[in-house]
Amino acid sequence: MDVILFLVFAIIAVVCAINVVVQTHPISSAVSLIGVMGSLAILYLLLGAEFIAAAQVIVYAGAVMVLFVFVIMLLNAGTETRKGRSLMVQVLGVPLLITLLGLVAFFVQRLYPQATVHFGGFRGGTAEAIGRALFTTFLLPFEITSILILIAIVGAIVLARKELE
Amino acid sequence: MAEVPVSWFLTLSAILFVLGVCGFLFRRNIITVFMSIELMLNAVNLTFITFAYQFKQVNGHLYAFFVMVVAAAEAAVGLAIILTVFKNRATLNIDEVNSMKN
Repeated sequence: MDVILFLVFAIIAVVCAINVVVQTHPISSAVSLIGVMGSLAILYLLLGAEFIAAAQVIVYAGAVMVLFVFVIMLLNAGTETRKGRSLMVQVLGVPLLITLLGLVAFFVQRLYPQATVHFGGFRGGTAEAIGRALFTTFLLPFEITSILILIAIVGAIVLARKELE
Repeated sequence: MAEVPVSWFLTLSAILFVLGVCGFLFRRNIITVFMSIELMLNAVNLTFITFAYQFKQVNGHLYAFFVMVVAAAEAAVGLAIILTVFKNRATLNIDEVNSMKN
């Protein structure tokens, strides 16, 4: 059962990710990216990270992707025109990426050959546990993050506003 | 076999990351390049959550949470930059935004 669930959502994620790269229209890429994020949220849920799964759906699939779709529509982005790609990327890109994937997969297989995931085997990812860690151990990073978001808001407004005459 | 090996999760994460790099290198639309970066961040988040499961610790979830927050901030600023670039140059093709190249 675990294997079937994992395979179903892993395949959805990979197919959607390939679609993100292959589609030529930005809106199609954005919708595929929402598919990746949704299936990843379900995988997080299976790994016991219920708070992160909810945050993934709300923050990523909700807020960030709405921002993307909004900008795509605002700029009226059309199908991209193919031209002038670097020769080195064209020749070396795919073989190097496949080598990278092969190396990572090889070392990952050697890392924990026996360890398995039993869905429901870890229940420490509740909102309570996350909140407790966030406001004790990770209090300083949390506060710094809030300042970072404030800076990002101000920066985004300054960058995107109309120039005053 | 009823249980999923941990390495499958990590391999899935690696596949998603490489697909993100692929999009970053091969796509020419600046918005799609940006989406590829989001894809890579998601892949890394999956690794964090998997290791949080493996070590039965909540710290990995916190790292994933911070990555998510920073990604949201980055998306807001990045899309504002894209708006500015489009306003100044009327193009979304990153090959035509090359004034720092020569």
